[in-house]
Amino acid sequence: MSLTNEIVQQTLSQQFTPKVENFHIEHDMLAFEVKKEASFEVIQFLKENSGMNFNFLTDVCGIHYPDYAKDRQFCVVYHLHNWYDNVRIRIKVFLPADNPEVESIVPLFAGANWQERETYDFYGIVFKNHPQLKRILNMDEMKSFPMRKEFPLEDQGRTDKDDRFFGRTGPNC
Amino acid sequence: MSDLLLVPEKRFEKQIKETKEKDGIELSILNLGPTHPATHGIFQNILLMDGEKIIDGEGTVGYIHRAFEKIAENRPFYQINVLTDRLNYCSSPINNTGWWMTVEKALGIEIPKRVQYMRVIIMELARIADHIICSSVMGVDTGALTGFLYVMQYREKIYEIYEEICGARLTTNMGRIGGFERDWSETAWRKIDEFLEEFPAVWKEFEDLLARNRIFMDRTIGAGAISAEKAISYGFTGPNLRAAGVDYDIRVQNPYCSYEDFEFDIPVGQNGDCYDRFCVRNAEVWESMKIIRQALDKLPAEGGYHADVPDYYLPPKEDVYNNMEALIYHFKIVMGEIPVPSTEVYHSVEGGNGELGFYLITNGSRVPYRLHFRRPCFIYYQAFNEIVKGRSLSDAIITLSSMNVIAGELDA
Amino acid sequence: MSNSTNIKQVAPPPGYAGEGFFATKLSEVVGLARANSMWPLPFATSCCGIEYMATMAATYDIGRFGSERMSFSPRQADMLLVMGTIAKKMAPILRQVYEQMAEPKWVVAVGACASSGGVFDTYSVLQGIDKVIPVDVYVPGCPPRPEQILDGILELQEIVKNESVRRRSSEEYKDLLNSYNIK
Repeated sequence: MSLTNEIVQQTLSQQFTPKVENFHIEHDMLAFEVKKEASFEVIQFLKENSGMNFNFLTDVCGIHYPDYAKDRQFCVVYHLHNWYDNVRIRIKVFLPADNPEVESIVPLFAGANWQERETYDFYGIVFKNHPQLKRILNMDEMKSFPMRKEFPLEDQGRTDKDDRFFGRTGPNC
Repeated sequence: MSDLLLVPEKRFEKQIKETKEKDGIELSILNLGPTHPATHGIFQNILLMDGEKIIDGEGTVGYIHRAFEKIAENRPFYQINVLTDRLNYCSSPINNTGWWMTVEKALGIEIPKRVQYMRVIIMELARIADHIICSSVMGVDTGALTGFLYVMQYREKIYEIYEEICGARLTTNMGRIGGFERDWSETAWRKIDEFLEEFPAVWKEFEDLLARNRIFMDRTIGAGAISAEKAISYGFTGPNLRAAGVDYDIRVQNPYCSYEDFEFDIPVGQNGDCYDRFCVRNAEVWESMKIIRQALDKLPAEGGYHADVPDYYLPPKEDVYNNMEALIYHFKIVMGEIPVPSTEVYHSVEGGNGELGFYLITNGSRVPYRLHFRRPCFIYYQAFNEIVKGRSLSDAIITLSSMNVIAGELDA
Repeated sequence: MSNSTNIKQVAPPPGYAGEGFFATKLSEVVGLARANSMWPLPFATSCCGIEYMATMAATYDIGRFGSERMSFSPRQADMLLVMGTIAKKMAPILRQVYEQMAEPKWVVAVGACASSGGVFDTYSVLQGIDKVIPVDVYVPGCPPRPEQILDGILELQEIVKNESVRRRSSEEYKDLLNSYNIK
């Protein structure tokens, strides 16, 4: 019997409640949240359990939610894909604002290495036990984490741009 | 932890000292610097070498980081199309249509069959253009400049087709939410037909130059090989994965845009080395031509060139100046008054290099809350240093060009 | 071979011709020689680099203007074609490549990103390479068509032809380099 979203949800709930919660289906993809302490074991279960078989890590990325509660400000999103039954799944791990740390999944998927470095580079989320956690796309000396919402898009040090030509007045700058 | 944060030259200091003391061999460091004719794009590789053999390496990327994801948080959907062009700029229409399909999935828009077939035609042309560059540049890197000069003329023909459809040659900015911005002219259809007639003979000649050429085969067979398990673990997709023997293609696995209506094969290799990658890309060009032929034959006559979504598709200017409704829609679309649902969607297409994914989170405003590009080049380039270990420097160069790393997609 | 009869050769400089000799100014001859044999260093970083590949290929052929050999070594190149976005991470490398080139050298900024940062007004992109090196010709476009790139190179050829032989040791040029802190 091939895998469906309901079977995945049932198996995960049986095995891991209360560490997994908030299952919902968005545009045919099952998405759920995992507590940060359990993220590694849940992903390992999804990969190695013979009924689940999520053999491919599609994507790792981060999100910053400055409007959420203090302990849910950062989020790491994992997209996994089961090639045998063609099922995709999205796992969200919410992290607190003052110490965003989560276990690295490089031992499970070698392709997570640079993706986690990119998430660290953009958001400052620390991946514990990552073989080489340093900045990848920005310059090594950079102090701040540019994808956080408070960081401005444009270079603030420019002297040659006249804001009048860009429709920028005080309030909408 | 402190050891891991050192710059690469210093990182290899310990290894160099150890081998010198133990075996008396002096290892050296070669900086395959950011600007190098062989790295078609800018990424740096510091290689630890024992003579010609590579022992270890460390790559640095980010030399063309243009902060696409940050820019996307400040731009409405139709302005993000310009950014997606510049991801894998050798095949921009694939990126553009992938983005539009993501937005249409988020907004819940259905596209008519004819528009889907037109999108398939343009995506397959873009795939042919991408593989033309990659295969001919592999020839250039082994010393065969003729193939490149000969086949680039046909890339110019593809550019002419793009120009007829959207006006631009390379960074096409093609399409709108719901379809295309204008109907394809007679000249565009004629040029596509002419291309399909002339190109097969040219591609056969190009393949004959290199595919069974003794020198090329000696250089590429065995260089940069990767096994299927390792490739899957590293997140490889696209021709690089298919060369390793795994027949994973998003067009077949998660069909989008009516790809299930077309019959085509998925070419796979055996060893995952440079020769297999070259052959897989060449075979994919033949399959793409088959798909375009089928799409042209089966193209429905009815359906127009865009879906009927006045909420998202800008009305024609004559209507805006004469018709009240069109004026209101125009105002709402440009000013961002159209309500957008708050949703999260992940959509992926088979780009020239593999699974190009778009993870879009909307929150009701006309700019995305978060947009993440799942870039295949970024993910498979991680494996480069592993693949070239133990081989010679010239193998590393040919591996780099066979993996088709496009700097724009690497750094975004 | 082409059957075209419309072949334009480079015009000789004004001078006095006689049997077996041609007298003209040294600066004219030097200018002519320099202008029609510019070896480019294609510093191709992104999309403009692909349009440069099209310019180099058979349809638009930059070789007929003298740029037959692409020199990837800065020591042997005359003009630096910066094509594509230069990020702040890349700027020191661009500077190093420019300093390694031997005089006389010229710089062409190809594309909107090299001229002024282009579409990418962000924290990580250098807003124009003239913030780190002196530029002679700017070619706008995103990416510029091959004809535009060729037009830029022809403009540069005009500049080179009319440049004084003593320019590189003049005070003005030294001031220009000092303003960029180039030794």
